[in-house]
Amino acid sequence: MYKIVRKKQLAENVNEYVIEAPLAALRAEPGQFVILRVDSEGERVPFTIADYDPDKGTVTILVQTVGATTELLSRLDAGDSVADFVGPLGNPTDLTKYDKVLLVGGGIGGAVIHPQAKLLNKIGKPADVVLGARTKSLLLYMDEMSRYAARLYPMTDDGSYGEKGFVTDAVAQLIKEHAYDAVLAVGPLPMMQAVAEVTRPAAIKTIVSMNSVMVDGTGMCGCCRVTVGGERKYACVDGPEFDGHLINFKEARMRQGFYREQEKEHYCRIRGEIKNG
Amino acid sequence: MVSPRNVPPFADSETRKRNFEEVNKGFDAETAVSEASRCLQCKNPRCRQGCPVGVNIPAFVNEIKNRNFEKAREIITADNNLPSICGRVCPQETQCESQCVLSRLGSVAIGALERFAGDYVLGGKSVALPEKLGLKAAVVGAGPAGLSAAADLLKYGFDVTVYEAFHIAGGVLSYGIPEFRLPKRIVRAEIDSLKAMGAEIVTNAVIGKSYTLDDLKDKFDYIFLGTGAGLPVFMNIPGEGLNGVSSANEFLTRVNLMKAMLPDSITPVQRGKNVVVVGAGNVAMDAARTAMRLGADKVTVVYRRSRDEMPARKEEIEHAEEEGIRFMLLTSPVEVLGKDKVEGLKVIKMRLTEPDEKNRRRPVPIENSEFEIECDQVIMALGTSPNPILKRSAPDLETDAKGVIKVDENGLTSVDRVYAGGDAATGAATVILAMSAGKRAAAAIYAAATKK
Ligand SMILES: Cc1cc2nc3c(=O)[nH]c(=O)nc-3n(C[C@H](O)[C@H](O)[C@H](O)COP(=O)(O)OP(=O)(O)OC[C@H]3O[C@@H](n4cnc5c(N)ncnc54)[C@H](O)[C@@H]3O)c2cc1C
Ligand SMILES: Cc1cc2nc3c(=O)[nH]c(=O)nc-3n(C[C@H](O)[C@H](O)[C@H](O)COP(=O)(O)OP(=O)(O)OC[C@H]3O[C@@H](n4cnc5c(N)ncnc54)[C@H](O)[C@@H]3O)c2cc1C
Ligand code: FES
Repeated sequence: MYKIVRKKQLAENVNEYVIEAPLAALRAEPGQFVILRVDSEGERVPFTIADYDPDKGTVTILVQTVGATTELLSRLDAGDSVADFVGPLGNPTDLTKYDKVLLVGGGIGGAVIHPQAKLLNKIGKPADVVLGARTKSLLLYMDEMSRYAARLYPMTDDGSYGEKGFVTDAVAQLIKEHAYDAVLAVGPLPMMQAVAEVTRPAAIKTIVSMNSVMVDGTGMCGCCRVTVGGERKYACVDGPEFDGHLINFKEARMRQGFYREQEKEHYCRIRGEIKNG
Repeated sequence: MVSPRNVPPFADSETRKRNFEEVNKGFDAETAVSEASRCLQCKNPRCRQGCPVGVNIPAFVNEIKNRNFEKAREIITADNNLPSICGRVCPQETQCESQCVLSRLGSVAIGALERFAGDYVLGGKSVALPEKLGLKAAVVGAGPAGLSAAADLLKYGFDVTVYEAFHIAGGVLSYGIPEFRLPKRIVRAEIDSLKAMGAEIVTNAVIGKSYTLDDLKDKFDYIFLGTGAGLPVFMNIPGEGLNGVSSANEFLTRVNLMKAMLPDSITPVQRGKNVVVVGAGNVAMDAARTAMRLGADKVTVVYRRSRDEMPARKEEIEHAEEEGIRFMLLTSPVEVLGKDKVEGLKVIKMRLTEPDEKNRRRPVPIENSEFEIECDQVIMALGTSPNPILKRSAPDLETDAKGVIKVDENGLTSVDRVYAGGDAATGAATVILAMSAGKRAAAAIYAAATKK
């Protein structure tokens, strides 16, 4: 069992959990993820490592409630435990070799870029950060980001905070004004695809984080496979971060929706909207 | 006159093809004794040579005949730590039973007898452990290789910690081989008895990620790697990225490990109505029969060679046929068809070449013989290769081009104090070979430890 040390609601339907998991915290690095099961009958679901503390043996994850498992998780509080928690999985992404980095986070993607922003700040190469969300209350990690970023550009779809518009609007503007060595974009697939299209003409190295459906997270099932530059890669062991200009997004978007119908049913059942049977 | 071979009862094929109950019900004591009495107790028992680990078959069969069932089990476990499991899943017809002098009249049912003896004391009686050596051993991977290495290391007096990446121990025995062939209570009994002997089993621990091999070398005196060969192979044909195409590993894991067959399971699984399984090994049979049990109307196994070359256990092929699985032989997929979901499979007819020097007949495509079959789900059961995680974190661990760990005859790897065995060191093979590799490495570790 893995104890929830702290839980904090960051926005509607978004919770931050600090979980006691020494084995996962020990060697965690930015870009990696964990897989957890809420209870002994649970599904294995992946979450990005948003922060980690090897000394305290804790890992922080940010969870958006979107379906059955995340709903069950949202009902747990500090002091409760989850049945299984394994990590760190996937490969870290090392951005420290670049001098000028642009980080782009859409929605829950703020979780993924948070440890990168923190690390780049620590080594004295603070990144520019674009954070996007539908509305102000969904902008995640604003305080932390304003501390770590060289410049922070919040964007909301409804203009309730920062600029009104999509993250791509900010990215298009920024790459005209500044010379970036690399862009890391994390968020929903359509957003990452759009960012990659914006940076493609300028040939700026663009890394995206593939949130494929996963089971084991160790390269054993192949269900997370994505096509990168015509080659088949497993998001869990070869990624999760890949060159955004080489990803076959069309296939990735199609694959992500595969279990949607069944997932929806599980979600409704858990919320008591459907009876078993 | 030898009486005919006894056959254990099987669940009725029409009922069982829609449930997950064990198909083969095994011998009761009377039948076991009667079957054991058929053994001629050969002076030069060829069955023993057919067994990859040389179990003293005539001796244990004789004990069953004399109703000393516990003694029979002990004789087996001198060489094989997992009799209940191997009795169920070994390819006996190409091993021990193929060598039996009675083979023309019906070989002694050695597998069924082994299973009977194994189940007689499920998980085995607790054994008295020797005085501790004061040495620590780590076992990576809790499949048959790791479980067997751990059991023997404990019996030699090591302190043993087993690290397993999944949330449940057992390896393929838990996530791959379905309940209807190997009930999970059998696997649990083996794991429980290991725990009772004092093994610490740490699940959710991916070695190479949480700890590296170097970390383990610092913490432990000896290390055994039994990480299996779990990485699924795909065909590299167009359309394999479509929804509805999965590896057998994904499909079977969702069902066996995540219990997706239960109506209230939270893990989803595709339940195709018209399913094609590509391949003809045990994995393919398991996937096909599982698809049938999830409610398919039609399940077709597509295989590029002929019936004689099908690598699955004979019993599984027969059971699959009884359950209504169809076989399309000498046929190979060339493209998965569909817009965003699987709608069909384009295949090509194959023929076998004349036997080469090694007496192997290669399948080659027959030109212009392509045709299309309709289906809504394609499961690839083409084999697996070793998982790259551990290797990537341990550059000095030598492997071949496919990632198979190189070992000497004792299981010693290129890294000092680190041994390996099972599928990780051979490529995908069998439970009995994995079990024996674990046993052999444990003996080698003990020898190395006590020499110093
Ligand atoms: C590497 C990686 C990192 C991720 N990081 C985060 C994160 O930091 N925070 C966060 O809130 N979410 C993250 N996700 C997505 C998260 O895993 C899914 O939202 C979660 O699985 C939904 O489960 P559910 O049962 O609540 O919803 P479901 O009803 O099961 O699904 C809702 C949606 O989530 C997707 N999904 C379902 N099952 C899986 C699965 N096993 N693996 C991946 N996606 C799935 C589906 O495409 C579906 O559209 C990440 C996914 C991956 C692969
Ligand atoms: C569906 C199916 C049916 C089969 N049917 C038969 C049959 O009928 N008869 C037969 O003899 N054989 C059969 N086999 C083959 C047999 O199961 C394998 O040969 C055998 O399980 C190999 O044992 P192993 O211990 O080497 O590896 P595995 O059983 O694969 O176990 C390896 C374990 O190591 C874990 N692991 C991997 N990497 C790491 C890591 N880095 N850190 C921690 N843990 C790790 C894995 O999660 C796994 O639990 C079948 C295989 C499959 C897939
Ligand atoms: S999640 Fe199973 S192979 Fe990547």
